[in-house]
Amino acid sequence: MADTPRTLLDKIWDAHVVCTPAGELPVLAIDRHLVHEVTSPQAFEGLRLAGRKVRRPEKTFATPDHNVPTTDRRLPIADPVSKQQIDTLRHNCREFGIRLFDLGDADQGIVHVIGPELGITQPGMTIVCGDSHTATHGALGALAFGIGTSEVEHVLATQTLRQAKPKSLELRVEGAMHPGVTAKDLVLYLIGRISTEGGAGSVIEYTGPCIRALSLEERMTVCNMSIEAGARAGMIAPDQVTFDYLRGRDFAPRDFDRAVAAWERFVGDPAAVFDRTEIFQGGDVVPQVTWGTNPAQVVGIDGAVPDPASCGDPSEQAGAARALEYMGLAGGTKIVDIPLDRVFIGSCTNSRIEDLRAAANVVRGHRVAATVHAMVVPGSGRVKRQAEAEGLDRVFRDAGFEWREAGCSMCLGMNPDTLSPGQRCASTSNRNFEGRQGKGGRTHLVSPAMAAAAAIAGHFTDIRDWNYR
Amino acid sequence: MQAFTTHVGIVAPLDRANVDTDQIIPKQFLKRIERTGFGQFLFFDWRFLGDGTPNPEFVLNQPRLAGASILLARRNFGCGSSREHAPWALADYGFRVVVAPSFADIFYNNCFQNGMLPIRLPEEDVEELFRRTTAEGPPYRLHVDLAAGTIADDAGFRRSFTVDPFRRRCLLEGLDDIGLTLKHVEEITAWEAAQDAAAAG
Repeated sequence: MADTPRTLLDKIWDAHVVCTPAGELPVLAIDRHLVHEVTSPQAFEGLRLAGRKVRRPEKTFATPDHNVPTTDRRLPIADPVSKQQIDTLRHNCREFGIRLFDLGDADQGIVHVIGPELGITQPGMTIVCGDSHTATHGALGALAFGIGTSEVEHVLATQTLRQAKPKSLELRVEGAMHPGVTAKDLVLYLIGRISTEGGAGSVIEYTGPCIRALSLEERMTVCNMSIEAGARAGMIAPDQVTFDYLRGRDFAPRDFDRAVAAWERFVGDPAAVFDRTEIFQGGDVVPQVTWGTNPAQVVGIDGAVPDPASCGDPSEQAGAARALEYMGLAGGTKIVDIPLDRVFIGSCTNSRIEDLRAAANVVRGHRVAATVHAMVVPGSGRVKRQAEAEGLDRVFRDAGFEWREAGCSMCLGMNPDTLSPGQRCASTSNRNFEGRQGKGGRTHLVSPAMAAAAAIAGHFTDIRDWNYR
Repeated sequence: MQAFTTHVGIVAPLDRANVDTDQIIPKQFLKRIERTGFGQFLFFDWRFLGDGTPNPEFVLNQPRLAGASILLARRNFGCGSSREHAPWALADYGFRVVVAPSFADIFYNNCFQNGMLPIRLPEEDVEELFRRTTAEGPPYRLHVDLAAGTIADDAGFRRSFTVDPFRRRCLLEGLDDIGLTLKHVEEITAWEAAQDAAAAG
């Protein structure tokens, strides 16, 4: 058995199974637990009611992100219910001895941005968070997945989870992407091909030369949206790109070279067999724009909104017709002819420094269209400071963008950043669900460069033809 | 946790695929710090019109489906956010069972933590249930028996379903996952000690 070739998932899984009691699900050890204000209050309350402690508080890290205002942080939080939830997180972290990156802390930010940038996320780890975009951390070769609040309580109390082993799904991307095509376009394309439940019950491992060529931040964008393909986790085996990214980060191991030697083992064996493999060509991907209300309803920028009758089986056709009605679009409309009211650059998918650089390069020397309200929300305090050091904030402000404080913001609109009914938004976030960015709001998912170009043009435009200044 | 053994109830058909947790419980209701009281917000944007009155078009607002406790849905039910507020809202509204061809993984797990049973049935069986549910006449009822693994009506529909044996036992006995895991605290401590030793070199 010891010689059976194993995937990356197998290796991390095997290294973390504490025991498998007869007739029960395995007890899986959890290395890192990330906590935010929305999905944790009831878990801490559960601990209190049962008189339980947090087993390993030093393995848990918390930050408020979903609910926080992105305007002036010196002002009090206007919404009393939001304030109560954030105060509850503060109180819980104090009571249970958990490290909190609070509002006002230089390192506060979206939980999936700060984990990697602080070096909390490391290869070979198991990482969980009460948030479905926890898959992001798989970009560093970790097994990272979202959990519900009851499971948050379970991890706090036991530093383990009861989990059935998921299946393995390899998405291999051969070749290379063309200039102007980004990691966001790649993942939207993959979701469009395998569907919103193509990864159900599975952990996706992204492999192939096109994936290897991505920067670590680009890999995070890809892994982040694994959940939109139905997979709880997405992962990319660690390599030199990963190690170079982690070296020198605050929570990286002090004996870094020794850690690298251990991390290098977390690569799938060449002969390992996945439960399923699908192969794609990077050269087939063009800039993507979603037209509907789930992320698989996506088409290339050179395409058109489909006729619902052309969309798969009757259930998909009904879904497409409903989506077009909600989106206020007619089949056959060219994507480049869709006008926009709002542009949002941010979220755990696309709010890192490379995303902001890509958007700023598009924006430089241009003005936001008079009909568009555009905003940039950096993913963390660090990203914001780095962008300001590079002068990116000036580029955005000079063009007419708003430049905000870090948080989840209009990805889900739990804070005051929302769409009004009927408003149409080009968004670098991850979900185009009905009402996601505000009741009646219409979301089109795109890359940061495509969002920036749409803000300038006032409608979608092919970034491959952009006039960079 | 509330145990689940058998259940008989009215079936409400929600004829949409890919129902996401943002629809089940919209984000403006996630700011509460309690586990209870979410039922009033279930499917809020579909259930209520802009002025706050019930939307007569929405299935749960049909008077004949008052008191429904079994939700019949299409594939990939519960996709999107991990928010456990979604099963909390369904349970608080009164649902004990959700039947669909497929569920999103996190939602599926979250149901078991809340005494609610998600049942996967083949697409053609779900189609048949939609036909039976939407027929004229008195509200359509199903009987669910978790120990036997059966779901049936009074008119000849009877199917078996499976759930993970551990999850089934926890539901049948109303067992608390954390309590069960803490029985293995010695193994956890030993695992952690070995890992800490390896890290220290």
